[in-house]
Amino acid sequence: MTMRDTEETLPTPVRPAFDTPSTEDGVIVNIGPSHPATHGTLQIIAELSGEKVVRADVHCGYLHRGFEKECEAHTWHTLIPYVDRLNYCSALINGFAYCDAVETLMGVEITPRTRYLRTLLSEYSRIADHITCIAASVMELGAMTAFLYLMTIRDWIYEHLADLTGARVTYSYGRIGGLAHDLPEGWIKRLEEILDEYEEYVGRIHGLMDRNRIFIDRTRNVGVISTEQAIHWGFTGPILRSTGVPRDLRRDTPYLAYDELDFEIPVGINGDNYDRYYVRMREMDESVYMIRQLIEMLPEGPINVDDRRCTFPDKKLVYTEIESLINHFKLVIDGPQVPAGEVYRAHEAANGELGFFLVSDGTGTPHKVHVRAPSFVHMGGLHKLLEGYQLADIISTFGTVNMIGGECDR
Amino acid sequence: MDAGLLERVRERLAGEGLEPAFAHGLLAVPLPRERLLSVVKMLRDGFGFDLFLDVTAVDWPGRDPRFDVVFHFYSTRGHQRVRLKTTVTEADPVVDSLVPLYGSAAFMERECHDMYGIRFRGNEDLRPILLYEGFQGHPLRKDYPKDREQPLVRYRE
Repeated sequence: MTMRDTEETLPTPVRPAFDTPSTEDGVIVNIGPSHPATHGTLQIIAELSGEKVVRADVHCGYLHRGFEKECEAHTWHTLIPYVDRLNYCSALINGFAYCDAVETLMGVEITPRTRYLRTLLSEYSRIADHITCIAASVMELGAMTAFLYLMTIRDWIYEHLADLTGARVTYSYGRIGGLAHDLPEGWIKRLEEILDEYEEYVGRIHGLMDRNRIFIDRTRNVGVISTEQAIHWGFTGPILRSTGVPRDLRRDTPYLAYDELDFEIPVGINGDNYDRYYVRMREMDESVYMIRQLIEMLPEGPINVDDRRCTFPDKKLVYTEIESLINHFKLVIDGPQVPAGEVYRAHEAANGELGFFLVSDGTGTPHKVHVRAPSFVHMGGLHKLLEGYQLADIISTFGTVNMIGGECDR
Repeated sequence: MDAGLLERVRERLAGEGLEPAFAHGLLAVPLPRERLLSVVKMLRDGFGFDLFLDVTAVDWPGRDPRFDVVFHFYSTRGHQRVRLKTTVTEADPVVDSLVPLYGSAAFMERECHDMYGIRFRGNEDLRPILLYEGFQGHPLRKDYPKDREQPLVRYRE
């Protein structure tokens, strides 16, 4: 029989910021990293006074897998699948933000159809991401019915995206200068059906949750943060908007096709858990509204740009023509040659500002890929949302912050 | 979007002897590390760059000074971004911490310290954040081998 690991003293991976209580009746407890409500792995070391959280020390990094190091050993193309694994609830947005950054550095302008399709798919992913967040956070408060309704829609979306990309969660669908392939037949028709179903189901969620006494008691005035504090601690996305400011990159620094779309930016009032729930609910409605506009606007035309530096030649040409064969070979072995330079491009991901800082030394392999992941920055300010509230509120606050381990820990 | 904002920042910084340049939609400012804190303060208080986005480093082995330390800021009113870039040597990888100005800097500086060994003067809490206690070396430095393993718990037989 092999000896079990637990029989020896394991080194502790973290050093808490405090190990003695500040008051006489204080107690220090450890929460996580392996707990169903930590959505992956997050550790909170909290000092409690009775049931109240006095101090909280947040530790992340349990899902760190060296994403940025790994990128430096891949070509600009072959690291796209890794990018999908950052925020795995809305993997398409990650891929498009990364491709956008590389395209900016290369000076490539994507085709109109790809521009609209990326916008459409980004909004579609945002719905899936918000649904996941809301479903998980209401389920943790006991709303199992709402959870199952929301998961039903999410699974339709996942299956529908699997029809498009071949994968259910991590799609690898973006390409530098385009997309992997065009929409399959009948995809838009099914999309319209799902959007109609979405409205039916989300209507039920509004009915179940919005005026639910238990839900309001657990979320109203819990995890409150002001606009100034939110900006000071680096919060972006729905959390910042829930404090009442309409700060949204889709409107403020328009990218893709957002400047041609009509949409509202829902904001909250108090910046508490209820507002974060409601901002996300309303944002999904706006996404549906945007998708419907995009379906009307979607032009015909090519998907990939006609640029040999990044687009693979047609397979038929690779087999019949020496230039295309060499082109294909160079793109696979050396990777797209990205001009030397630095770029920072940010997209409004479901959780906030998702930025890619890329440094190229002029070769087919990145010198550096850095991700400004919203979840990681949010974890730096999470203690502000926890301190002063009940121990049980950690669950609901953490749910509405929507920390995604993949992008937080990278 | 306040189109004139970056131009005003550029004029101001150029007047102070720096060389700001526009690059891919933002203003990139190389500066010596001694001036970092004062320039950041001016950006925040004078031009409304209230959101600290990011700090990271870039390793250029063989170059002296070896590291770039790169900061990104965003103005939530002007909707513009500024990048500050300073350099530090391998022997003295220290820059001033921005924790007194931005709360969000605390976590991001911890990460940068983890990954590159850059120390931030004034940030008392540089405990490992993505790595763990006792981790040897700084994995994003180019001389750290990608396949080096440092398991905290030994592998099962």
